[in-house]
Amino acid sequence: MLDNERERAYRSMYRIRRVEEEIIRVYDTDVIKSPVHLSIGQEAVSTAICETLQPDDVVFGTYRGHALYLAKGGDLNGMMAELYGKADGMARGKAGSMHLVDTSVNMMGTSAIVATTIPHAVGYAYAAKLKKTGQVVVVFFGDGATEEGVFHESVNFAALKKLPILFVCENNLYAIYTGLDARVGATKLLDRVRSYNIPAEYVESGDYDDIHTAARRAVQEIRNGNGPQFLECMTYRWRDHVGPGEDRYLQYRPDHELDEWVKNDQVTKLGVKLNAVHRAAIEAEVDASIVAAVAYAEKSLFPSEDELLEHVFHD
Amino acid sequence: MTERMITYGEAIREATAQEMARDDSVFVYGLGVDDPKGIFGTTLDLHKEFGADRNFDTPLSEDAMTGVGIGAALAGMRPIHVHQRMDFLLLCMNQLVNLAAKSNYMFSGAMPVPIVQRAVIGRSWGQGAQHSQSFHSYFMHVPGVKVFAPTTPHDVKGALVTAIRDNNPVIFMEHRMLHNTLGVVPEELYTVPFGKARILGEGEDITIVGISHAAVDSVRAKHHLAEIDISAEVIDPVSLLPLDIDTIVTSVEKTKRLLVVDVGWLNCGATSEIITQVFERLQGRCDFQAKRMGFAQSSCPTTKPLESAFFPSGKTIAQAAYELVNGSGANVWVPHAEEATEVAEFRGPF
Repeated sequence: MLDNERERAYRSMYRIRRVEEEIIRVYDTDVIKSPVHLSIGQEAVSTAICETLQPDDVVFGTYRGHALYLAKGGDLNGMMAELYGKADGMARGKAGSMHLVDTSVNMMGTSAIVATTIPHAVGYAYAAKLKKTGQVVVVFFGDGATEEGVFHESVNFAALKKLPILFVCENNLYAIYTGLDARVGATKLLDRVRSYNIPAEYVESGDYDDIHTAARRAVQEIRNGNGPQFLECMTYRWRDHVGPGEDRYLQYRPDHELDEWVKNDQVTKLGVKLNAVHRAAIEAEVDASIVAAVAYAEKSLFPSEDELLEHVFHD
Repeated sequence: MTERMITYGEAIREATAQEMARDDSVFVYGLGVDDPKGIFGTTLDLHKEFGADRNFDTPLSEDAMTGVGIGAALAGMRPIHVHQRMDFLLLCMNQLVNLAAKSNYMFSGAMPVPIVQRAVIGRSWGQGAQHSQSFHSYFMHVPGVKVFAPTTPHDVKGALVTAIRDNNPVIFMEHRMLHNTLGVVPEELYTVPFGKARILGEGEDITIVGISHAAVDSVRAKHHLAEIDISAEVIDPVSLLPLDIDTIVTSVEKTKRLLVVDVGWLNCGATSEIITQVFERLQGRCDFQAKRMGFAQSSCPTTKPLESAFFPSGKTIAQAAYELVNGSGANVWVPHAEEATEVAEFRGPF
């Protein structure tokens, strides 16, 4: 990887980490007043994959969407104001953390109902193929989503129509507090995916470079017109399923599992590979942008009550 | 020049083909749309005219295929998803209610979802419990979805054009008993708007609102009632959401009697909604009597004698109207009525 690519990636991952930490910092003051599903620990997946995409390419994600939103280049001020429920938020406060959206960078709105944006991505890819736009569509979802029927229906249709779509399963092993072993009889997801005739790759390490390499290959295959690809990326959620807290006290997952993933922190590992002066400059710039975003959110006004019935229908 | 007569089903195909020719973003999909029967002819051979990508059959995956339509709409397309029976819309409810209906609102206008769900309500010749249901009231409950239920060949063409061009999710109800009915339909493209009811026949003594095929039976009832000098005004709402309540209120102010007939159950249904809205508008300044008719409060039975009793008919609608006009103590009146031809002659199987 070139130095400037590495710096870009680090800036993206560091920004996600620091934004999440800032959310944790302000969350106790209840300025957000809404559930948040933090991406801390999972930054590498969204970042590594988005770094292989063009601005025209389109991403769909989930309610755990802060990392993807930022990795695709979503507006930070608009995100923070959205979390604060303010009128300068990307959706004027009607969406919040679970429904981030920035269509100007082709970050499509996220859903809190598991797996529901998977067919949207497939449909978008169908349109892209029909219109010959050359766009690649990427859809991110968790391991739990692969247990929904709509996941299977969607990958089947994408394979049938050879659509330009990359499926990315961010496997963090747990659906809220329930482990994979309690949910599926056959834990090898890739076997199921391959049975639909979709090439699938497994990235076990959680390593930024490994994910990036796999994604670059997959995206190139898609651009070559060879139909859908699938990546399963192991990763780990450091915090609770929802909310800013740590959740070791619940003891639903072994402490050593989290310890190992924290030791494997990709933000730190990528950071040390950077020129120290460059790294400090990146961090200073990102830190300043976050301070500015919080100030922007605080200063922004709440939407007025007469906005309640706006946008029920599109004109 | 004589006016051209075509069927309701032919009008649907014509509207679809003309819109597909006008706008490349329109496509049709759903189980069986490109098969040799082409959804009773309503989608027949559209793929030969517009390409296999724009009129395509799907896997039996209603949930995902609804989402695929939403995703395509987000990419600027205008999908028409066809369901041979509305019963299968239940498999699409998550995508329609949790996603499509909320997308424009939740994202403050950034992600509109222009999709049309054509849904056919079955009846007759043993459709049974699972091929005869209509769920329009479910969708009337949800903000963000529009509901069309056109009755005449003229209106179905114009309404479908409106639905396709609308930037929101539209549930487009078609009653299977209507597909073979004939009517005057202009060849050129035209629109029939949302939120505008149609008065199918004027009258002074009672207002009968008939939804979808129930409007046809309500016109039959009007003819029966005319034989005993009761003058019924029959209103076809055409569009259930938005609903043209003004036209109904104006009529009830005149007749002081309101009978609402649905192709669905009564509890929490479209009939309840219409009567409530009229009451809210007229209470305190105009007393009126009201009655609802619709499916019996059971599942739809397959066997013919029970099936016939399950649905209102021109005869039972006329009798109910007669009672509303003359009071429940009135002498029993039995109009002479044959079974509706479209019901009697239907041999499906689809």
